[in-house]
Amino acid sequence: MKYALYTGCVAKGAGRENLVAARLACEKLGIELVEMTDAACCGAGVINEDNPLVADILNARTFALAEAQGLDIMNICTTCQGVHRKAQRKLQSKPEYWTRVNEELERDTGRRYQGEVKVKHFYEVLLHDYGLARLREKVVRPLAGLKLAAFYGCYATRPPEVNDLANPDDPDELEQLIEVLGATPVRYDERLKCCGFPIAMVNKENSMQLGGNAIASAKAAGADAMVTPCPLCHLNLDAYQPEIESQLGRKLRVPILHIPQLVAMALGVPAAALRLGTHIVRPTALMAS
Amino acid sequence: MAAHKLIFRIQRFDPAADREPRDQDFEVELPPGITILKALNKIRAEQDPTLALRYSCGSAICGSCAVKVNGHARLACKTQVSDCADNGVLRVGPIGNLEVLRDLVVDIDPFLESLGRVKPYLVAEDGAAPDHERHQSPEQFLKIDPSTTCILCAACYSDCNVLEVDHSFVGPASLAKAHRFIFDSRDTATFQRLGTISEQTGVWDCTHCGECSTRCPTETKPLERIEEIRTRAMADGFHDNAGARHALGFRETVGKRGLLDENYLPARSMGFGNLPGLLSLVPVGLRMLRRRKNPPLIPPSIDKADEIRKTFARFEELRK
Repeated sequence: MKYALYTGCVAKGAGRENLVAARLACEKLGIELVEMTDAACCGAGVINEDNPLVADILNARTFALAEAQGLDIMNICTTCQGVHRKAQRKLQSKPEYWTRVNEELERDTGRRYQGEVKVKHFYEVLLHDYGLARLREKVVRPLAGLKLAAFYGCYATRPPEVNDLANPDDPDELEQLIEVLGATPVRYDERLKCCGFPIAMVNKENSMQLGGNAIASAKAAGADAMVTPCPLCHLNLDAYQPEIESQLGRKLRVPILHIPQLVAMALGVPAAALRLGTHIVRPTALMAS
Repeated sequence: MAAHKLIFRIQRFDPAADREPRDQDFEVELPPGITILKALNKIRAEQDPTLALRYSCGSAICGSCAVKVNGHARLACKTQVSDCADNGVLRVGPIGNLEVLRDLVVDIDPFLESLGRVKPYLVAEDGAAPDHERHQSPEQFLKIDPSTTCILCAACYSDCNVLEVDHSFVGPASLAKAHRFIFDSRDTATFQRLGTISEQTGVWDCTHCGECSTRCPTETKPLERIEEIRTRAMADGFHDNAGARHALGFRETVGKRGLLDENYLPARSMGFGNLPGLLSLVPVGLRMLRRRKNPPLIPPSIDKADEIRKTFARFEELRK
């Protein structure tokens, strides 16, 4: 198995540990990754609002680059994943617009997006391409006794027509993955809510309250840690957790893990290699394991 | 197909008798092809006439029968029971973000008041009634076609994540209603509307969670309308707010190196002249620095960034 690895911005910035873990997990599974060092930011839905055509050209360029490699794309961020899928769907539903995007792309780069490449998140690759049964066989260090709350993030579930969840209103794909890794999935009310990250700079109070509600809900359900496929959710829930605690007026101290970290640990990657110490809320029990 | 049995678990609340809402199970036998609304009326007719719900047309036009089905807002008259009862139990409750008056009936007034905030009426040039109709071409109408389909059911308002934490947010239905006039060729208050909506509690306070469009039973799809309003506000120069500055920060950094500069972006969003805003970033910045979680001081760049720069150099030309 071989994929074009689209890292996105956070993996080169404040979430470098996510990229490290994804690489190590894939290495253990024999999944070959070719990093797309020339692929640009997906725009995170923000460039799309500033100038939709520019955002579509950017993403069409990314797809064209993967097509030139002859590989499908693996994302490690559900925001990138959702933005990519929305862009593909938009272009495929508007052939005349797609032609215009390709004309502009060709003018600037000499490339064209043909519509052949598929984009998949790391966890979707495990679920649908690699297979959970195969993954279970590779688990050498089951995360037994660990209660984990999956936090899906908006782009993993909405809009439902651009994700691969069997039941987007009540998904259990991440819970299945947690179970395969030997941990116990914890269900809680806020698992499909917004973490608040997109408005952290616009309305910090609302952003912190959204994040706080999610963490408090997971903690109340007995979770030892939360785990997310979106590094932006990770940032809001982890890096801002002290501010969230101040706003809620209570201690939370819930570690926020990236999905690839969890998979890598269960596959036997030493905790020390996973940069868990860079987390603001350190998962001390896992770090000691 | 034969009738099948299932449990309707309905949230009940009688303000005269209950301190908290409670669930009540009703076992029902339903023929195939039945809607949630018909099932609720069957329960009222055959088991409990005190069950309170609001409905009128039964045809997805009046917008009065929105309820939560299995935790998500749906129009009861447009939702098939068979689509929601996988495990034999179907949960029904009142829509969210509004006070429950009784059972499935909520106080809709705050929702209607939020619509009033966006002046949901045409502001014509002279204000006087014209001699003849104000005409629109089909092309002009197409711009507002989606936002005119709103039936004010409040499903989007119910499931909006921001409204759950802040009732001062204008909300998705009101933003879709604002869209309907901002993009109306006959309206003359576009500039004022964009100015008002760019302020705090307006269009930039939306988190993009997507619940509104997912729950919307019509083609209104509020999130898409919110995105179009933001695009118009950016193009028309309404840049003096954190949301717009955030978008400018993306444009400036991605347009140069192909990737975001995560050190520059928060400061750019806050505004370089906004000292309290900049100071509020210091604790999280130091915290990340201590853990070596900070973005690299030299901003990352992609290979072949010149290709991206060519596209961004044509930014204004590429506005559709």
